[in-house]
Amino acid sequence: MSFISYLINGISLGSVYAIIALGYTMVYGIAKMLNFAHGDVIMVGGFVVFTIVSTYGLPPILGIAIAIVICTALGMIIERVAYKPLRNAASPLAVLITAIGVSYLLQNAALLIFGANTKSFTSVVSVPPLKLAEGQLIISGETIVTIISGIIIMIFLTLFVHKTKAGQAMLAVSEDKGAAQLMGINVNGTIALTFAIGSALAAVAGVLLCSAYPSLTPYTGAMPGIKAFVAAVFGGIGSIPGAMIGGILLGIIEILGKAYISSQMADAIVFAVLIIVLLVKPTGILGKNIQEKV
Amino acid sequence: MNKKNSKFQLNKTTKSNFITYLLVIAIYLIVQILLAGGHMSSLMEGLLVPLCIYVMLAVSLNLTVGILGELSLGHAGFMCVGAFSGAFFSKCMQGAMPDGIRFLLALMIGAVVAGIFGILIGIPVLRLKGDYLAIVTLAFGEIIKNLVNVLYIGRDKNGFHFSMKDSISLHLEEDGEVIINGAQGITGTPHDASFTVGIILILISLAIILNLIHSRDGRAIMSIRDNRIAAESVGIHITKYKLMAFSISAAIAGVAGVLYAHNLSTLTALPKNFGYNMSIMILVYVVLGGIGNIRGSIISAVVLTLLPELLRGLSDYRMLIYAIVLIAMMLLNWSPKAIEWKERVREKYFSGLKFKKGVK
Repeated sequence: MSFISYLINGISLGSVYAIIALGYTMVYGIAKMLNFAHGDVIMVGGFVVFTIVSTYGLPPILGIAIAIVICTALGMIIERVAYKPLRNAASPLAVLITAIGVSYLLQNAALLIFGANTKSFTSVVSVPPLKLAEGQLIISGETIVTIISGIIIMIFLTLFVHKTKAGQAMLAVSEDKGAAQLMGINVNGTIALTFAIGSALAAVAGVLLCSAYPSLTPYTGAMPGIKAFVAAVFGGIGSIPGAMIGGILLGIIEILGKAYISSQMADAIVFAVLIIVLLVKPTGILGKNIQEKV
Repeated sequence: MNKKNSKFQLNKTTKSNFITYLLVIAIYLIVQILLAGGHMSSLMEGLLVPLCIYVMLAVSLNLTVGILGELSLGHAGFMCVGAFSGAFFSKCMQGAMPDGIRFLLALMIGAVVAGIFGILIGIPVLRLKGDYLAIVTLAFGEIIKNLVNVLYIGRDKNGFHFSMKDSISLHLEEDGEVIINGAQGITGTPHDASFTVGIILILISLAIILNLIHSRDGRAIMSIRDNRIAAESVGIHITKYKLMAFSISAAIAGVAGVLYAHNLSTLTALPKNFGYNMSIMILVYVVLGGIGNIRGSIISAVVLTLLPELLRGLSDYRMLIYAIVLIAMMLLNWSPKAIEWKERVREKYFSGLKFKKGVK
């Protein structure tokens, strides 16, 4: 029984990773950059909800809505101010370092506003825990909500990318920026839209993460951000279904590793699995292998 | 300088290397003068050895990122390996041999162990490319940090005992002593590091790296960076040269780690000192100083280490300002529009002066 409950917890954590990884992978696919500040947008989402719900006592739904709006705006501003000027820079590393700078900026701004103390986040989920198998298996409300919202987001995002014009434009830009521009696609707008969607997902992930692990500091987003990045690479970076699979697998591996091998070594296990996967299949699970030609 | 150059007819690279060495020596002399004059606050004095460590790390990472052209996010992992192997040796041998020789051996052991780790990690990692390589080096760095945190080594009259669980399961005899105590790390490493030692180590690392870059091997490494397929087709052994650059870079990071370990009384592997944040910080030095530009790495490591201290007067806002300065500097230096604007300003106001474009 405990195995099943670990597995469910793993899927729950994995769903959060998957939602964050979706933001990473979409941005990477379209702008070819690693957005190191993505994890910190999660933290901003968490703090916005914390402020609205715990400080002002407003209903959680309103808090989540405002968090999504603020994070979306933040994502678009970051893209416009810090990343767009460097899109055609001589070295791809330039924008990576700027992203690190943005990450520092968000962390230190949060540190100034909210202080370094850990805030205890009150869960915004009001779903009662589910008791299965005569009370032997208890699934918390947070887990249920996380898994369900993960599934909904994945379905909607897949539909959005494949069925709408904006989604098709995203695919086109990620395939070939120049050709997409010649086809009359607004490349700048599409990239901004990608950042907006990625940041909105980060806000949702922030709320879910803080509800499941109710402690909030300015550095809350950093480690999940890195793990989600690992998940995105694991599934094949740039691939949306890959991010989902990678995220969920990573969550399961982490929780099972914590439970059965060693709680201190959980991170090492996650990274070791990643290394093994990449050595066997160097482009990730669903990544396309592009042969380099002379 | 000029007189000397005309006398010895130094060529351009030798001259450039010479300036780099002189820069380090100048930093050393300025610091010594400031120290002698009592113009250094104790905080600044405490920063001198870390400054040397960061310079060594930045210079060595530049070998991987700038010369080999592979993005590595696990540099702090090699530093961690060097720090722990060097400190372990020093703890074991304390009193058994003269301090100077022990420290020298510790530095060498740190370099060798980190270099071996570089080769071991390099063999699988260097098969990958680009961002995949970056994330795997990050993963290795985190694994090293994680493993060190669960490593227990003790010593008693029967020899060494080793465990991955806790210090009790080492089953030490009464006279036994725990040397590496898991998350508590190594305590009581002798304090051998000093600014002078740091500067000497920087000069040695610079000599190794600059000579490598301008040698036949260095040109082979750079040809792999510029075009791997072309390099391969003219018969350059890709794996050999990649491993060479990667392991030398790791070994120098290991030496920096040994220096780090001998500057602190307690050595623990925290996310702050050996985590990916540290690796990223070193990468920031390298990119800001100019990828592939060794002298730039030295300058940016010095400036960025001192900047938060110089901004200390702004107390809480200093890291925020640091972040903004970092973003602004990147935008100004790399954005095509900003570069164009700078060119225009230069032409408009400084057209009379001769600027050597692209020469630092």
